[in-house]
Amino acid sequence: MAITDDVLVIGGGIAACTAALSAAETGARVRLLAHKKSTLRQASGLVDVLGYAGGDGPLSDPYAGLDALPEGHPYHVVGEDGVRAGLRIFDEAVGDAYRGGHTDSNALVMTHGGAVKPTARYPASVAPGLASSSGDTLLVGFAGLTDFDAPVAADHLAAAGVPFSARGVTVEFPKRFRADAKVTRFAKALDRDEDVDGGTVRSVLADTVAEELDGESRVGFPAMLGDDHDEDVRAELSDRLGVPVFEVPTGPPSLLGLKLEDILFDALDEAGVRISAGNPAVDFEADTGRVETVVVDQKSRPTPYSADQVVLATGGLVGKGLDSDRESVTEPVFGCHVPHPEDRYDWSDPEAFGDHAFARFGVVPDDELRPTDEDGEPHFENLRAAGGVVGGADVAREKSASGVSLATGAVAGRLAGEEATR
Amino acid sequence: MSDAESPGNPTLTPDAQTDDFEAVEVFPDSTDMDLRPGADNCYKCTACDVSCPVAEVDDEFPGPKFQGPEQWRLKRKEDEAVDDSIMSCSNCMRCDDACPSGVPLSQMHNTARGEYVDEQMDKLSREYIRNRILANYGTLAQLGSMFPRLANAVMGNSVVQRINEKVLGITAERDFPEFATQTFREWWNERGGPQVRSDEKRVAYFHGCYSNYNTPEVGKAMVRVFESFGYEVVVPKQRCSGTPMFANGMLDDAKRAAGINVDNFAGLIPEGYDIIASCTSCSMSLRQEYPELFDIDGIEDLSAHTYEALEYLRIHEDLEGAVREASVDDQAFAYHAPCHGRNQGLDRQAVELFRQLDGVEVEDVGDSCSGISGTYGWKEEKYDKSMQIGADMFDHMEHAQGSVGMTECPTCSMQMEHGTGYDIKHPLQLLEEALV
Ligand SMILES: Cc1cc2nc3c(=O)[nH]c(=O)nc-3n(C[C@H](O)[C@H](O)[C@H](O)COP(=O)(O)OP(=O)(O)OC[C@H]3O[C@@H](n4cnc5c(N)ncnc54)[C@H](O)[C@@H]3O)c2cc1C
Ligand code: SF4
Ligand code: SF4
Repeated sequence: MAITDDVLVIGGGIAACTAALSAAETGARVRLLAHKKSTLRQASGLVDVLGYAGGDGPLSDPYAGLDALPEGHPYHVVGEDGVRAGLRIFDEAVGDAYRGGHTDSNALVMTHGGAVKPTARYPASVAPGLASSSGDTLLVGFAGLTDFDAPVAADHLAAAGVPFSARGVTVEFPKRFRADAKVTRFAKALDRDEDVDGGTVRSVLADTVAEELDGESRVGFPAMLGDDHDEDVRAELSDRLGVPVFEVPTGPPSLLGLKLEDILFDALDEAGVRISAGNPAVDFEADTGRVETVVVDQKSRPTPYSADQVVLATGGLVGKGLDSDRESVTEPVFGCHVPHPEDRYDWSDPEAFGDHAFARFGVVPDDELRPTDEDGEPHFENLRAAGGVVGGADVAREKSASGVSLATGAVAGRLAGEEATR
Repeated sequence: MSDAESPGNPTLTPDAQTDDFEAVEVFPDSTDMDLRPGADNCYKCTACDVSCPVAEVDDEFPGPKFQGPEQWRLKRKEDEAVDDSIMSCSNCMRCDDACPSGVPLSQMHNTARGEYVDEQMDKLSREYIRNRILANYGTLAQLGSMFPRLANAVMGNSVVQRINEKVLGITAERDFPEFATQTFREWWNERGGPQVRSDEKRVAYFHGCYSNYNTPEVGKAMVRVFESFGYEVVVPKQRCSGTPMFANGMLDDAKRAAGINVDNFAGLIPEGYDIIASCTSCSMSLRQEYPELFDIDGIEDLSAHTYEALEYLRIHEDLEGAVREASVDDQAFAYHAPCHGRNQGLDRQAVELFRQLDGVEVEDVGDSCSGISGTYGWKEEKYDKSMQIGADMFDHMEHAQGSVGMTECPTCSMQMEHGTGYDIKHPLQLLEEALV
């Protein structure tokens, strides 16, 4: 007796969550099968759809760049409707926690290095700090947190030609932690508003920053302003400072990424999606061109999960949806075809930021997002793919990572759900 | 590197993804431990640190990345002593689950802790003696349950509790779990062992210390539920699974117990028995820590045939179908998934299953750690931190609809009860009510 569902989505990142939500909308019984914690918790929490295409960018309208993308790009498979479907599912899942849904245009978000990048959706806590809206800006970093160097970030911002002044200061956090304290420790101290000399963490922090404030109309902190009680933390700091307070997305570990993961998993729960997390899919059984069961390695013991339809959303080289060794690149669960140059020296461009072939590695989808073999035929009639495992996009250069995952997830999930409930 | 700027992998070069790293022993001077290579896999993403509940509240604790791969590197370079902060790791194993790169963090911690206790800890120190007592709860419980009423009265006595705290460093804030007047094994023998015989459906029950001495109702529920599905249940003699011993670096004690358990259970596997645990830390120990830490004949086989009770029924029976047909009196539960259950991928199964049960409301109270982590929260110097870690869970429990808690882990259930005053049930007890 295998654990049985209509649709089985393999993966735990943004593509898998979207595919599961999309399949659940069709009324299908859906299970998400995720191995480790998703790469969302390392990601910035920003949702890029398309920032650069065909040598153009930053794009203010991501849809305007779709046509300029190379042949075989997943956006061409799903079309503009697919992109919109992905964003709709995302917007419904995250509700007020994210901004950007009011417009088709990209926002320009400050990054912690002081660059600006075009993105389609961003956390509410990031919104007051958009580089695309004006307002002289004070960036505040902390002596112990080397991840965010506020003065350097501010200089970079100014050099990028933003239409406002930016200044950075480094202050002591009101509470002293060990030198390598984790961002979670800072966040907890703010969440709980722990007592410190001269008041509490929030009040003393506000006093310290108030002394530095010199007419700026907004103040940015690295994204660590609270976890469970983040809204209270921001509200109190803004209140005490008299100007809006925002967060600047930081690199891993990322509280914004962690929060997005929590929100998406709550949405799955709400939608009745069942979740099995912690163990990887490692193998499968097939019969006459259909995947019948997916075999999961539950702590070294094979456990069967069966479903009518399967969506593969295991990510790219980062998420471990693709595997590579010196000779080849493979898709490890189903052994789907992943085209790549024979010679590994052709995999990457000598330029670090050049057009690397490996960035586009992935399975080749047919028009229903089914991975195809060397001859262009689907490997299995009931297996679809979504997200980073799908080839054809250079998401890092295009700034399209989450968008590709949302769009392909939405379409693969819907098709799987419709098939299963037919 | 700044990923907000470039959404790519810091190690995204094709050859950074190869698996054929050099096999090196983590702590080379320990001879009997099977140490997987893996520290070289760490690419410093700090996902482990962010998921560590102790690092979140303990300013002295450097976190899993330091405890694991970094300490290992130091150790390999210049034979450094193990840092004493290893004793503050609660062995919740959440870091294992978080690492995207397969670094065997908890195995490194267990090994380092064992070495620290062996070579650096004063065997006459109060901490050592206290840890040894806590780690060997089974022995203590065995004594206590010979005279359960007396033991309960003594342990519940506030003077005794204060002495425990002063002399031993066991917190006086917690009430000792009560010993049952009849242990599970006494009940089992009294009923004359198995009531169902079968050649096909056979399981051997690993009840562990707690459901034997403290909550025999969980063990009874296990037996009745499995028998109702036609299983022959046997209950071999057994020792502690080792969980509290790993957490306190008492690897010799753990190995001795493991030897007995492997002896008594592995031999049943060729006769068609699978091993079932009702405690998620016990099943974790048999499945993962045993083969990781010890080299004993039959240990891999035991690991491969061990299951948690609900997990087993979900795989081998139409458990969901049976539950959907059943109903119970209206009741609502606040469910907490124990960290060790989470690590086996079992964190959602109880909620998923009981949502199908007529009469039951069950709400997951979030993915925070309960904070007790076995013996951690019993230590006088850790008590406050344990309660700080648990604060999120208490909060969510209080906001949940139900005022009865549910969890698979005996020590999580102590913490849930301690923090909220709720009664706590094991999923098997509800399953028994529904199906038997
Ligand atoms: C550091 C970093 C920064 C980023 N920054 C941004 C950004 O600023 N903007 C943006 O738009 N995007 C960003 N992204 C990308 C984005 O978060 C997603 O990673 C990307 O969209 C791909 O999503 P995915 O769901 O396809 O794969 P992943 O996110 O890689 O998820 C794959 C999932 O599948 C699971 N899995 C893999 N193999 C198996 C198996 N065999 N069985 C079961 N489960 C399996 C993994 O555990 C994981 O949960 C960033 C990513 C990273 C890593
Ligand atoms: S086992 Fe738990 S307490 Fe120990 S380092 Fe890992 S996450 Fe932290
Ligand atoms: S999660 Fe794994 S890879 Fe990341 S820092 Fe920790 S051990 Fe290293």
